[in-house]
Amino acid sequence: MIWNEKIECMSREDMRALQSKNLIDLVNRVYNNVPFYRHRMDEMGVKPSDIHSIDDIVKLPFTYKTDLRDNYPFDLFAVPMKDIVRVHASSGTTGKPTTVGYTLNDIENWKEVLSRCLAMAGITSEDVIQVSYGYGLFTGGLGVHYGAENMGCTVIPISGGNTRRQLQLMSDFGSTVLACTPSYALHLGDALAEHGYSLEDMKVKIGIFGAEPWTENMRLELEKKWGIKAFDIYGLSEIMGPGVANDCPAHTGLHVHEDHFYPEIVDADTKQPLADGMEGELVFTTLTKEGIPLLRYNTRDLSTLNREKCTCGRTSVRMKKITGRSDDMLIIRGVNLFPSQIEHVLLEMGETSAHYLLYVDKENNLDTLELQVEMDESNLMDTIRDLQMLSNKIQHALNSAIGLSVKVTLVEPKTIARSEGKAVRVIDKRKLTPNP
Amino acid sequence: MTIRQLSVFVENKTGHLNTILAVLAKNNININALTVADTSDYGLLRMLVSDPEKAVQALQTEHYSVRIHEVLSLEMSAEPGSMSHILDLFTAAGLSIEYVYAFSFGSKSILVIRTDNKEKAIEVIKENKLISIHESDLKNAI
Repeated sequence: MIWNEKIECMSREDMRALQSKNLIDLVNRVYNNVPFYRHRMDEMGVKPSDIHSIDDIVKLPFTYKTDLRDNYPFDLFAVPMKDIVRVHASSGTTGKPTTVGYTLNDIENWKEVLSRCLAMAGITSEDVIQVSYGYGLFTGGLGVHYGAENMGCTVIPISGGNTRRQLQLMSDFGSTVLACTPSYALHLGDALAEHGYSLEDMKVKIGIFGAEPWTENMRLELEKKWGIKAFDIYGLSEIMGPGVANDCPAHTGLHVHEDHFYPEIVDADTKQPLADGMEGELVFTTLTKEGIPLLRYNTRDLSTLNREKCTCGRTSVRMKKITGRSDDMLIIRGVNLFPSQIEHVLLEMGETSAHYLLYVDKENNLDTLELQVEMDESNLMDTIRDLQMLSNKIQHALNSAIGLSVKVTLVEPKTIARSEGKAVRVIDKRKLTPNP
Repeated sequence: MTIRQLSVFVENKTGHLNTILAVLAKNNININALTVADTSDYGLLRMLVSDPEKAVQALQTEHYSVRIHEVLSLEMSAEPGSMSHILDLFTAAGLSIEYVYAFSFGSKSILVIRTDNKEKAIEVIKENKLISIHESDLKNAI
């Protein structure tokens, strides 16, 4: 079902006209109300009157995560605090947290885009949605919550964690939709039998997974494990939270709600705009945001854009599923490596579980890679030779996929720590012990 | 002709083998034979137990990677050269041994063996009228 056919199926020309009008309005608002942007634009010699259409967006300055930190907590807000009705913040694990503020209109728009995402996945007011994203300062829980309520779904605001209770309520309440991170969905799926449940006890038929990069193979694995249709919801708190984009049943990219969030792709090094189809860093401009409007915010997520009409009928621009970020890319002996490449190889082989941990270290000034993979609980070989063949096979598959030699260590099931939020896949010991 | 053997994946950690044995003890499962094959990182624990299905369930609940495999089990006469005689027959048939272990049960000497070709091994056993040990033979000690 298409929640807002007028917008989601709008002609490209009408969409550009709408975006142009909103961009002009946005640039005026930030220039007049946010000293940070006025300075940046003055430095570049750009005035609001230079912006005539959406094409002029390339004249505007970029915004980076550090800009949000430098203006902590509220200096990027474009309205007085009396108009801010809610504040969310990132965890701030790598420095000061970043804060974002919402006006009542922002919350309304958030509900709207979230409803579009859920409708895209086939969710209706009949559904019971278990929201297992964290509630609180993190945008995941409350974002999905309000969107699902807006559609008339029955919302179970269980938040993240407590696996036993998740499964019990899923069974008792007959949840038909599970919303959480893909790694937590995998963990919950593994935990079914352990807590005495089987898929027959569950009514869940749709998964809305996001908040971390994951592969198409993982999507298929989750569909198989749960017997559901799995969808990718994309978002980040700086732009809005979950609901910036979502994939439709065609799974050929995520439809961006581009009347609110205008996407661009730029080269990771030169920051020059790239043509549709070319991969680079994904950049968003919040066309309608009032609380904390951002110009050309660089997400560091790597993607491509596709403006062709989708088989689902929507005309909105599609972004390629995010499987990596320019800043979680590891450089191992000069070779670029994304953790998602490892996940892809393991799931394609299908002979171990998808739970892994990558240790990066340095030995004699050479980077070393060790991959710990959990054995499948019910698929054990009987001879040492077969086990060694399995680790060799993983080693060879990784070598041909990423061009790096990796020490593969098989470990027992359930020995790699599970995350209830975003998964930790890499431990880079090089960062802990820097070379003098 | 075959007997069910449990294989358990065991990481090399101090005291780890004993935690597995404790799971079996708690579930009142008896171990008739046990052998460990080891590498530097992990080992494979192979066992013949009184109730293989119950053992698999108990170990999986505790998150061990465990599986049942069918292996050949033969009775040997308790005299010098009997094992050598059996292995000669397999060698003559061109079979190679993947692993082998022996144990005694009551008055019986028993050989557990896995070859690279189970069907062919069964032919050898039938042709030479070797005596197979069945799980029921391991129910009561004589």
